[in-house]
Amino acid sequence: MIKIENISKNYNNVKALKKVSFNVKDGQLFGLIGPDGAGKTSLFRILTTLLIPSEGKASIDNFDTVKNYKEIRRIIGYMPERFSLYMDLTVQENLNFFATVFNTTIEENYDLIKDIYQMLEPFKNRKAGDLSGGMKQKLALSCALIHQPKYLLLDEPTTGVDPVSRKDFWEMLQKLQTKGLTTLVSTPFMDDAELCDEVALIQNGEIMSIDSPKNITQKYPHKLWEIITLNNYHTLKILDNFTNKISAFAFGNAIHLACSEKTNKEDIESFLAQNNIKAKSIKIINPRIEDAFMELMT
Amino acid sequence: MRTFKSFVSKEFKHIFRDKRTLVILFGMPIVLVVLFGFAITTEINNAQIGILNLSKDSYSVKLENKIVSSGYFKINNELQSYKQISELFSKGNVKLVVVIPDKFGKNLINNKNVNIQVITDASDPNTANILSNYLSAIIHDFSNEENIITQSNIIINTELLYNPENKSVYMFVPGVMTIILMLISAMMTSITIAREKELGTMEILLVSPLKPIIIVIGKIIPYLLLSLINAITILLLGLFVFGMPMNGSYILLGLEILLFVLSSLILGLLISTISNSQQTAMLISLMGLMLPTILLSGFIFPISSMPQILQIISHIIPAKWFIIIIKSIMLKGTGFQPIAIETYILIITTIILTAITIKKFKIRLE
Repeated sequence: MIKIENISKNYNNVKALKKVSFNVKDGQLFGLIGPDGAGKTSLFRILTTLLIPSEGKASIDNFDTVKNYKEIRRIIGYMPERFSLYMDLTVQENLNFFATVFNTTIEENYDLIKDIYQMLEPFKNRKAGDLSGGMKQKLALSCALIHQPKYLLLDEPTTGVDPVSRKDFWEMLQKLQTKGLTTLVSTPFMDDAELCDEVALIQNGEIMSIDSPKNITQKYPHKLWEIITLNNYHTLKILDNFTNKISAFAFGNAIHLACSEKTNKEDIESFLAQNNIKAKSIKIINPRIEDAFMELMT
Repeated sequence: MRTFKSFVSKEFKHIFRDKRTLVILFGMPIVLVVLFGFAITTEINNAQIGILNLSKDSYSVKLENKIVSSGYFKINNELQSYKQISELFSKGNVKLVVVIPDKFGKNLINNKNVNIQVITDASDPNTANILSNYLSAIIHDFSNEENIITQSNIIINTELLYNPENKSVYMFVPGVMTIILMLISAMMTSITIAREKELGTMEILLVSPLKPIIIVIGKIIPYLLLSLINAITILLLGLFVFGMPMNGSYILLGLEILLFVLSSLILGLLISTISNSQQTAMLISLMGLMLPTILLSGFIFPISSMPQILQIISHIIPAKWFIIIIKSIMLKGTGFQPIAIETYILIITTIILTAITIKKFKIRLE
C-alpha cells in the first residue's frame, strides 16, 4: 500500500504541496489528475525518494520514503515525466542496461514485459532517440518494469503521445493491473481518469476530491447542457449575461453550460436568439470527469 | 560486478557515438597544445637594437658581430653620439641600445674595468627584461671567449640552468600539457554527469539500487583511459613537434600523469555535483579551472613575484605541483626522490577531493 500522510512540500516560498493525504491500495490503478503546476511531479518525487517532504510522511509497502529509501528503490518502477532513456543507445541496449542496473536480465522478467516488448521488437536495433513518442513511452515503461516492481509510479506518461498510443498505453496499464501491479499514474488528461479505479483531483497542491471516477461524476450537482455554435468564443462571452448560468466552459468544439434546475431548452434558445447567435445543437449531457473537475476548481 | 561492467560499457557507447565529444576529446588537445605552444611564447627573435660604438676598435667590432650573430638582435642603427639615443627610442622601433665605451679594447687588455651600458625601452618591461638578459648572456660569453676578466656593470649573473638556450618551449610545453590534460579531464566528467541530469536519466539511476560509488567509478574509468590516450598524444606532440627532451623514466612520468588525471577527473565530478546543465558544467570547468590554473600555476606568471595571498592560493592548485613534477622528470631526468613532496601533495589533494565529492554526491534530487 502507498500511504501518504499530510505531505507538504515547500520550495522557498512556493508551497507546491499542502497537507496531501491519500492511500493507494494494493492492486489498484490510481490516477492523480490535475493541471500543470498542481504539484503532481513533486508528489511523485517524494514517493520515489528523490525529494524529502517538508512535512508529513509517506510510505510504500510500509517502507518510509525518507528512512528506508534503499528498500523502496528496489520495489518501485518509476517513469519520470520526460522519458528518461539514453537516446544514443538502441532499444535493446537501453533494456539491457536497466536490467543490469537492477541486477536482472530481460529473459528473467520477460513475462511481465512480453506484450510491450513484442511491439518494440522490430525496432530493437534502433536508437531510442529515433523512436516515435509512443514507442519511446513503451520503451520507458519496459525499462521501468524490467525488474518486476511491485509498485509502478508513472508521472504523466501520456503527455506528448498521440491519442492511439495513449489508448494502447492505458490498455497495457490495465493488463499489468491484472498481474497484481499497484500503479499510481498522473495525468493532465481528464479522459484518462475514467480508466482508473480511483482518482484524486489535485489543484494548487491540494487534493480536492478522492473517489472512483463514477462517483465523482455522479456528485456533479447541476444540470449540464452542451451547446455547439459557429463561434464558441463569442457565445461564451455572451453567456456571461445569461441569468440562469452557473458556469460555462469550452470543451473541444462545444460549450458545457451548467444552469439552474428549472432552465429548459427554450430558455437557452431564446437567450441565444436575442443575441443573434444561431446554435447548431443544444442538448442535455451527462457530466464527465472534466466537468466535475472544473466545478471543484471554481 | 556485472552492473559495473555494463555501466562502463554504456559510458563508452556514449563517448563513441557522440561525434562532438570525440572531436573535443581528441581534436581539442592537439589544437590547443599547438596553438598555446606557438602562441604563448616569450622568445624574441630579431629584436631591433641600436649600437653606439665609441671605440670602434677590433674588440668592440667583434662584440658587435657576436651580438648580431646570436640571431636575437638585429642592428637597426649605428649611432654616432649620445644625443641620438633618445631620438631613436622615440621612433619606437628600437627596443634596446648598447653603448660600448671609448678605448674598449685597450682597457680590456689592460685589465681595467669596462662599463658597457645597456639602455632598454622599459615601457614594455617584460621584453626589456628578456632582451637585457639575452644581451648579458652574450657579453658574458664574449668575455669568457676572450679569456679576459671583465667587470662591466651590466653583466648580471644569469645562470640558465637546464635551459641553456633559454628556449621558452621548455617552459611552456609542460605548462600547456598540464592545463590541457586537466581541462579535458575535468570538463569531460563534469559534462557527462550534467548530461544525465539534463536528460533526466540521473533520476532513473538514483531511483535504482545502483550505489553512488558505482556511478562515480563507472564515470571515471572510461575517461581515465581516454585521458591517458590524450596524455600520450600531448606527450608525443611535446617531444616531436616542440622538441622537448625526455631525460627521465617513462614509467614514473606515466604514473604521475595517472595521478594528476585522476585528480582532475574527480575535480570534474565535484563540479558536476553543483551544476545541473551541460552548459554550466562547461562554463565552470572553463572559467573556474582554466583561469586560476593558468594564472596561478606558475605557468605564465612566476609565482615568486606574486603578492603573498596569491602565493598561498597557488599552493592548492594541483597543476602547479604537476608542472614542477613534469619539468623535473622531462628536463632534469630526476627520479622519484626529488619530486616526492610534490607527488604526496597531489595524492593528498586527490584524496581530499574524492572525500568532498562523495560527501556532496546527491542521493536525491535536492
